[in-house]
Amino acid sequence: MQKNAYFNGLTIPLMLLLPQLAITVVFFYWPASQALWQSFLLEDAFGTSTEFVWFENYQALFSDPGYLKAFINTLIFSSFVCVLSLSVALLFAVMADRAIRGAEIYKTLLIWPYAVAPAVAGVLWLFMFDPSLGMLARGLQRLGIAWNPRLNGNDAMLLVILAATWKQISYNFLFFLAGLQSIPKSVIEAAVIDGARPMRRFWTIVFPLLSPTTFFLLVVNIVYVFFDTFGIIDTITGGGPSGATETLVYKVFSDGKGGSNLGGSAAQSVVLLVMVIAMTAVQFKFIERRVSY
Amino acid sequence: MSVAAFVLGGAAPALAQTEIQWWHALTGANNDVVVRLSEEFNASQKDYKIVPAYKGSYPDTLNAGIAAFRAGTAPHILQVFEVGTGTMMSAKGAIKPVHELMKDAGEAFDPKAYLPAITGYYSTAKGDMLSMPFNSSSMVMWYNKDAFKKAGLNPEAPPKTWPEVFEAAKKLKASGFEKCGFSNAWATWANIEQFGAWHNVSLSTKTNGLDGFDAVLNFNSPAFLKHWTNLVDLQKQGVYDYSGRTNNGEGRFTSGECPIFLTSSGFFGNVKANAKFDWGNAPMPYYPDIQGAPQNSIIGGASLWVMGGKKADEYKGVAKFFTFLSDVDRQVKLHTESGYLPITKAAYEKVKASGFYKDKPYLETPILSLNNKEPTENSRGLRFGSLVQIRDIWSEELEAALNGQKTPKAALDAAVERGNQMLRQFERTAAR
Repeated sequence: MQKNAYFNGLTIPLMLLLPQLAITVVFFYWPASQALWQSFLLEDAFGTSTEFVWFENYQALFSDPGYLKAFINTLIFSSFVCVLSLSVALLFAVMADRAIRGAEIYKTLLIWPYAVAPAVAGVLWLFMFDPSLGMLARGLQRLGIAWNPRLNGNDAMLLVILAATWKQISYNFLFFLAGLQSIPKSVIEAAVIDGARPMRRFWTIVFPLLSPTTFFLLVVNIVYVFFDTFGIIDTITGGGPSGATETLVYKVFSDGKGGSNLGGSAAQSVVLLVMVIAMTAVQFKFIERRVSY
Repeated sequence: MSVAAFVLGGAAPALAQTEIQWWHALTGANNDVVVRLSEEFNASQKDYKIVPAYKGSYPDTLNAGIAAFRAGTAPHILQVFEVGTGTMMSAKGAIKPVHELMKDAGEAFDPKAYLPAITGYYSTAKGDMLSMPFNSSSMVMWYNKDAFKKAGLNPEAPPKTWPEVFEAAKKLKASGFEKCGFSNAWATWANIEQFGAWHNVSLSTKTNGLDGFDAVLNFNSPAFLKHWTNLVDLQKQGVYDYSGRTNNGEGRFTSGECPIFLTSSGFFGNVKANAKFDWGNAPMPYYPDIQGAPQNSIIGGASLWVMGGKKADEYKGVAKFFTFLSDVDRQVKLHTESGYLPITKAAYEKVKASGFYKDKPYLETPILSLNNKEPTENSRGLRFGSLVQIRDIWSEELEAALNGQKTPKAALDAAVERGNQMLRQFERTAAR
């Protein structure tokens, strides 16, 4: 039995790392390299004819006005979903963290939506807000609001933002709650004795102590909105109307799967990958400095 | 000795029977039809066994087939919707053309026995049949007779022309159908593809793509502009109300929300089961001032493609199964029970002779529309590669016009231009 906190030699560290490395290679590096290779090819759906076209797929991509539109849609969609899901989750967590009767039930109910598959979540929201079938849509129309996500791009965007936010709140809630509960009660009590009011206590003590959690969630949420939301968009709007809810990842999905444009779709996923790597690097370099562990 | 006997006795029947995989996209009552047909065929002979498998929606089934082909595990028979025809026929080596299959297997096969409106869609310019028609449908106008009575319209004389439809829809709206006087499913099928055929106006050069993948779209013409402009105006007035790209909006007819609704004749089963009002259908409306209208409608639905690279013995089984499917009585039964079109002339004649359509005229409407006139270059069908994606582009532009982002003219021009870009890219991958 070794007593030091670190291992001598390479064998044991490598063996311990191996499963994780193997999984990363098989499920990330290998497919990523395939996507890179595919993005240089022009191929028919069946793969019976293949031509190496260098950067032609990328050129086509950047001269496509639809791609710029998808880029802007992604910015709007991801900022709203991130800000909303983080702030609402934090609010819920702070409230659930208080000593209230039945807190366990609230917590359980708040965590449930996380178990719902994205496509199911999409259908759920569609049923509530479909202009013909949805109960809530009918309520809006009765109030004189012309709600029609089938044709109105803003309505459609609002709907997918709400659904994607709803789906992510649980996850954020869970981490915020754990973060809040790990803050020593004595620190808060000391502030109370010093006469600090709840809002001041939150912003000067609780929130800074939550910063590692918030930072972690920010990274996770950005990855979520970039990569994990196409199921929701597919079931609710299918990218429509007129491309108003087509985000970058949805375009990868619809061009590649529905359109069998494999080269173009691969080029898009490479661009997306580079963007997320860059964003993650920026986050760790600049935002993480403000995080106190 | 006993072991040998066991092996021979136990394994021989299994070896003798060749399994044939059939991937399809039909659900509910239509899935039952697929299963029943397979069982009947399996019971009718001992050498082959059809194994049907449901693979999701039409696009999902096509993708599953493509992915399986790339992995070397393609099924023998793949059901592909009409939109995927261009993609399938361009894949040399990935498919086995039906005319070749039947010849190689020595099955009696006469392409002229099938309804020309259907086979034209699935044949080469030379007339060689590439895939086996299976479930074909066409577009019709479903209407709510009770709503017509309520609005003071004659329920037995549905509107024939587009101006008549607009008038009727306005009256229907005034009588209480505030959200939607008329609508349609399959936005591009109704307002581009069927519209072009029905008005004898071209979608592209090269016989709408049937004569080659170098076709150039040209449907930004006055006829289309007129129709799209009308739709946009009526959407603003709330007389027309857009119902989406696919058939998700079909429920608006059966629920009574939209009293006039254009969609597939294959909607029949759903209407019969769910509409709680008196209903009927009629041919698609037309503009009387466009010369040649109404021409003839084109088909929708799906056909069966045989995948390449299988053993001769397996192909023999597939060919036998296709002969079995084409049998007159079997087609009669399929047509009268499911509402899909009969694929052979003999089956249609037999149903007509039996007087079946007197009680159920709505089952004949799509056939009469398909056979309305001898097909022209503009109405024989259409075949574009990447049509699944092109349809999305077309829908996007139509939506942009309907929600006021673009003028109908700008949207139509963009639909043509962006569609052409897709066609040129497809041409490059298909030509080699």
